[in-house]
Amino acid sequence: MAYVAMADRDDPHALHDPQSFVTKYIWSQDHKVIAIQYGVTAIAIGLVALVLSLVMRLQLGFPHAFSLIAPTDYYQAITMHGMIMVIYLLTALFLGGFGNYLIPLMCGSRDMVFPYLNMVSYWVYLLAVIVLVIGFFVPGGPTGAGWTLYPPQAVSKGTPGATWGIVCMLISLGIFIVAFTMGGLNYVTTVLQARCRGMTLMRMPLSVWGIFTATILGLLAFPALLVSAVMMTLDSTVGTSFFMPAMVSMGHSPTHSGGSPLLFQHLFWFFGHPEVYIVALPAFGIVSDLLSTHARRHIFGYRMMVWAILAIGCLSFVVWAHHMYVSGMNPYFGFFFATTTLIIAVPTALKVYNWVLTLWRGDIHLTVPMLFAIGFIFTFIHGGLTGLFLGNVTVDVPLSATYFVVAHFHMVMGVSPILVVFGAVYHWYPKITGKMMNDFLGRLHFWITFLGVYAIYLPMHYLGILGVPRRYYAYTTTDFPQSVQELNRAITISALIVGAAQLILLYNLVYSLFRGKPSGPNPWRATTLEWQTPDTPPHHGNWGPKLPVVYRWAYDYSVPGASDDFIPQNVPPGPTAPATHGHGSDT
Amino acid sequence: MTLGAAYGALSAGALLWAFLVSRLRAKSWETKSATGAVHEGGDTTLTPNWIGLVTFLGVVTSLFALFLTAYHMRMMDGMEHGDWVHFPVPRILWVNTGVLMLGSIAMQWARAAAIRDAREAMRTRLIVGGVLTGAFLLGQLIAWSEVRTSSYFTPANPAVAFFYLLTAVHGLHLVGGLAVWARTVKKLFVPAAKAADVSQIVVLCTIYWHYLLLVWLVLFGLMLST
Repeated sequence: MAYVAMADRDDPHALHDPQSFVTKYIWSQDHKVIAIQYGVTAIAIGLVALVLSLVMRLQLGFPHAFSLIAPTDYYQAITMHGMIMVIYLLTALFLGGFGNYLIPLMCGSRDMVFPYLNMVSYWVYLLAVIVLVIGFFVPGGPTGAGWTLYPPQAVSKGTPGATWGIVCMLISLGIFIVAFTMGGLNYVTTVLQARCRGMTLMRMPLSVWGIFTATILGLLAFPALLVSAVMMTLDSTVGTSFFMPAMVSMGHSPTHSGGSPLLFQHLFWFFGHPEVYIVALPAFGIVSDLLSTHARRHIFGYRMMVWAILAIGCLSFVVWAHHMYVSGMNPYFGFFFATTTLIIAVPTALKVYNWVLTLWRGDIHLTVPMLFAIGFIFTFIHGGLTGLFLGNVTVDVPLSATYFVVAHFHMVMGVSPILVVFGAVYHWYPKITGKMMNDFLGRLHFWITFLGVYAIYLPMHYLGILGVPRRYYAYTTTDFPQSVQELNRAITISALIVGAAQLILLYNLVYSLFRGKPSGPNPWRATTLEWQTPDTPPHHGNWGPKLPVVYRWAYDYSVPGASDDFIPQNVPPGPTAPATHGHGSDT
Repeated sequence: MTLGAAYGALSAGALLWAFLVSRLRAKSWETKSATGAVHEGGDTTLTPNWIGLVTFLGVVTSLFALFLTAYHMRMMDGMEHGDWVHFPVPRILWVNTGVLMLGSIAMQWARAAAIRDAREAMRTRLIVGGVLTGAFLLGQLIAWSEVRTSSYFTPANPAVAFFYLLTAVHGLHLVGGLAVWARTVKKLFVPAAKAADVSQIVVLCTIYWHYLLLVWLVLFGLMLST
């Protein structure tokens, strides 16, 4: 029997029609429901991480005021905050949440190609989160080894959670990777196989390109975390010595010998650096679409943007050891990784230029998604520039253990992707719910968050240059200028305000669901396919009886001679929708 | 890990990037005429299951490559510190290797029957392939037991630890394959099952089996040579 291309399968009932409440909303195989499940779970666990960050800040800002926060609690809060934010919030939200929602809709598919596997992926992810949360309640509490879980510290007596806590964390990570692999296989296969007619690879919106490339990075990089997690679990439980060296710990004779902590670092960062781009590339893609749509202008240099995403993806696998400059590596090795790190700045800078040039002479609408997108450009440039400092070995070595690093990575892979997440939520909420979010609350949320994160992280650069070390519970006996403590207090107050401002978003999400104005099918007058569905929110199968056919790229905004300032991808060339875009024109 | 390997990785990345760029040259902002042929969207010559399997094999390759890198790095450290103690691999591993090869051959024959649409032959050969794989796993457990009772056994010896770890990870992948195999065999006993669907799964199972045989040969060769 000849294989029928996914793009030619018009019958929506060939899929898995939900028959009951349970199959529609709980054991759902619909990519849109799974996306929401991922999103809600990721935000819920992300709020836990947010609270943990506030606990840390209270200790640093007011070191003598909260006796409840013991050093152990502080280190556990650091560890769990970092791991949750990077893995369980950002990765899950961008790929499991936005990936699930956007890929089939933007590619003109009815669903993911393996819907059952997709459903299982979410439930396994939820299991990973549950195991992670169990870690808070086991004897000794969660691990406090720092989010990098470096051995020998992570499994040595004296470190918080060195017995049960670390095992819970490692098992949870293993389960997460299984879940991610199931989801990732779906995203890759759907993009390659289930695009509708006319949707060539080079007509895909950059959101899909970003998510697709990040998924491939994840599929290749997460095994490194799995390998290190499995081997460290064995070191911790059955007495192997993969990573654990001989060590007299708290007066006890050594139980391990010969293990290589450096091996763990290599494995961890072989995952850890691509992880930065697993989070960043979807953000790059999504922000490109937000900027283009709300500036009513085609994305500048589309082809180069695609190539830059691919170049960043390839290069991200050869820069990992810039996280290990202080591990005592061969200077030539350091030189190699400094070089590759600076090379990766080229495609990244190219993207930044193209975002700015997209805005140039555009018809900029300062909507809430656009505010967040522009905010991202600011924070990403700042985080990127400090990355140039830290990419150089000689500058990194004195700064590595200071708050400069904390400021850098929070700006570049904390704040920047989160701003894109917020922009994306405001942008696609009307499609997901059929309602507009409250504009005033959105703007309030943006300005407090945007100004607030600068109030938090800008002073941290100064603290870092002063030499204030990160990871310290308190500085009471250290001789720093008075301004250090004053700044720490100001940072804490800013963090509390920014943390509280996120309640505005949560309130807006719920309020708008019930009281929001009806959005109509395409409130932003966007070109991409998800806005062209026959129903809003899209029904099961997305497209009704006929799949869409694509005739143009995703960025036909303000085309000269067109009757409107946007031409959807599924509109064939005609008198009111010219065939050729005014590339290089005055639009 | 040497600097040469790092430069090799960089060169491979550059080549991959150049290849991708050479394939993605369309000027998508130039819209073609509506009356012309419309690109068919996703690739029509390959099935989603095939792409899914190849992608999964990419993940598995990454996993085993990283395990082997860890093995190599830990061995280098262990030889320097003297805690890596070589031990003779159990002889039954030779038998197990032969059994897994036979299993792979049986799967290949099942594939040939699947392409001819010979349902009976496909079923018999598929069952033989699965049973041989089960026998391989049983043999691996016997090998584990032999090492466990030998004088070499101690988790502190990384050579022993890696022996258990690598055989376990490989075995788990085979168990996963056997789960799909069991579902396929069950379908072959249901007369209403679509022959084309089952044949496609058999073809994919065969690829997976060959791949895991290859992985095993690499692992076995490594354990013999170090």
